Amino acid sequence: MRFDQRHLLGIEPLRPDEITALLDLSDKYVTLNRARDKRSTTLSGLTQINMFFENSTRTQASFELAGKRMGADVMNMSMQASSIKKGETLIDTAMTLNAMHPDLLVVRHPHSGAVDLLAQKVNCAVINAGDGRHEHPTQALLDALTIRRAKGRLHRLSIAICGDIAHSRVARSNIMLLGKMENRIRLVGPATLMPAGIRDLGCEVYEDMNEGLQDVDVVMMLRLQKERMDGGFIPSEREYYHRYGLDAEKLARAKPDAIVMHPGPMNRGVEIDGTLADDINRSVIQEQVEMGVAVRMAVMDLLARNLRARPKEVLV
Amino acid sequence: MTDLLITNARIIDPEGDIIRPGALLVRNGVIAEIFDTPTPEVSRDLLPDHLRRDANNRFVAPGIVDIGVKVCEPGERHKESFGSAGIAAAAGGVTTIVTRPDTLPAIDTPEVLEFIRRRANEAAPVKVLPMAALTKGREGREMTEIGFLMDAGAVAFTDCDHVVADTRVLSRAMTYARSLGALVISHPQDPGLSRGGAVTSGKFATLRGLPGVTAMAERMGLDRDIALVEMTGVRYHADQITTSRALPALERAKANGFDVTAGTSMHHLTLNELDVSDYRTFFKVKPPLRAEEDRQAIIEAVRSGLIDVICSMHTPQDEESKRLPYEEAASGAVGLETLMPVMLRLYHSGDLTLPGLFRAMSLNPSRRLGLDTGRIAKGAPADLVLFDADKPMILDRFKLNSKSKNTPFDGARLQGRVLETFVDGLSVYRSQ
Repeated sequence: MRFDQRHLLGIEPLRPDEITALLDLSDKYVTLNRARDKRSTTLSGLTQINMFFENSTRTQASFELAGKRMGADVMNMSMQASSIKKGETLIDTAMTLNAMHPDLLVVRHPHSGAVDLLAQKVNCAVINAGDGRHEHPTQALLDALTIRRAKGRLHRLSIAICGDIAHSRVARSNIMLLGKMENRIRLVGPATLMPAGIRDLGCEVYEDMNEGLQDVDVVMMLRLQKERMDGGFIPSEREYYHRYGLDAEKLARAKPDAIVMHPGPMNRGVEIDGTLADDINRSVIQEQVEMGVAVRMAVMDLLARNLRARPKEVLV
Repeated sequence: MTDLLITNARIIDPEGDIIRPGALLVRNGVIAEIFDTPTPEVSRDLLPDHLRRDANNRFVAPGIVDIGVKVCEPGERHKESFGSAGIAAAAGGVTTIVTRPDTLPAIDTPEVLEFIRRRANEAAPVKVLPMAALTKGREGREMTEIGFLMDAGAVAFTDCDHVVADTRVLSRAMTYARSLGALVISHPQDPGLSRGGAVTSGKFATLRGLPGVTAMAERMGLDRDIALVEMTGVRYHADQITTSRALPALERAKANGFDVTAGTSMHHLTLNELDVSDYRTFFKVKPPLRAEEDRQAIIEAVRSGLIDVICSMHTPQDEESKRLPYEEAASGAVGLETLMPVMLRLYHSGDLTLPGLFRAMSLNPSRRLGLDTGRIAKGAPADLVLFDADKPMILDRFKLNSKSKNTPFDGARLQGRVLETFVDGLSVYRSQ
């Protein structure tokens, strides 16, 4: 097993064997997380800073819990409220934090590429917790782990990703990951929410949800990203729900054992029927949350190993 | 003394589309004689040694006329001044810079324009010709005092990257400009479609999660402008045509006999969207870099003469405005000093000939502005550049003369070096 990354900025730079290594280790952390004593000392002595330039409850909580269970000193910084408002640039903020010698930096930012930029300026390991519409790698990894545990494999599956593809970093990371692991990816959604050139990434595109869900193994719903829309992509939420909302009738097109996923937070009655989301026979949405902590523990564990293997850099 | 003799030269004549070995004699700032012999006899009494140059079989071409240079005076002198831009131009073989009015405040009154001309003449070693805004404050609402501005020396009228969205305002400004014979330069983009775009939409934009602008926005902008040209009869120049989709519209406009010309930038001729790579903001220009097929089509359009002018779109930006997430970072790149070596890439790759290159960089822009420069002919102003087309170098952005160092060509391997630049026969730059 090899994992050669210094940072986790996206799924794009990962090799399939690195993804498998991450998932294998995550499985072990799932077991640990289900035990009574959940503590490990893997990250003891290390400092983890969560920098969220964008609102987040679940991802931030998941990273915080992951770090604490592994013994790291975890600090949360809500960047919307702080120096950004005072006009400090991203790089200055990064340099300031860097001077405090963190070991792991978890960053979410509303602009694509911002986490890459930050990673160039700091000495610690950087984990992308979502940048603009670019990538959200830990989400794709936890989705992959959920699928692998439910389906017993992570290849040769037919997976439909449905909804607001254009504004979704979750969709991009999942397309990357599931493609690298050799699955068949279908994208389902209105043409206005389908990004340009997406077919070139090896996806099949469906504008009719009933066709798109035909015989798939996995139905992955996306949240309608109201906050990222700069006006008029869909006529109304009720028309969207009628054509692209997941309900029992549309799900009947998929394989009988198809699982339903959603990265959360859900807009019930907009992209997914509330009853369906709670159906423990079909929905794995709660498992996704559980896998999230385990995957983040595995990611930080592997990055910390690489960090320790590297000679300590001197601050300039 | 503005006399000069350049011997042993290979003279690039874009008018005749030819390179001929010979010598040039300059008297009183104009080309007085063109010799077919490499070393003509000119008496030492008439011309002392320090006014003689042995070109050693290197090239002499008419100096570059760069339309659309941003000098950040007034408003942002820390980014670029007339002094620094002038020195950069001289070092790049640019003998005339045609400045943009997108300063702070915009150059939209004869008073500001006069100030610019005075500052420019004091500070810059090359010729500086200002353009003025087409509408007040570049806001697209009311036309500027086009007549007064022409009297004050404005050579063209443009709102730069602020597209005049209101077609009624634009048609009136164009009609008024036509009555005075003024040249209107436009940035062809549909303002609605291109709003918020940071890269060209397509696979790359999707992969990087960046907001894209469709290449169609350029064609729509050009189509609209050409319809207004047909309506008003104005002299029209499109600042940058960068997509293959826009070319048929341009071709039709020219075939219909409209007074239409077009330019393109050095960046769109030598780089494509993939160069942005991992969010490299120095590659963020306006319009954004295009697909490789577009780049190829634009090169072909320059070769065929459909696109008339190559410019540097010199846009200085300080480090602070570039060291930001891609979407937030400022657009633009400096180019005065790199224009020639970068464009020589197309000569070395066999895409363009040297006379073809200088037709687009010197002759055509000069003609479009009604200037007498840009050519090698008896009586023409001796704005000349002496250069070595082959000398290799690795570009170091911190060695550029511009105050701002935002070039996408930092570390690029380039071939070609300016040896000496002359304006009206006077040496304004000589390489060490």
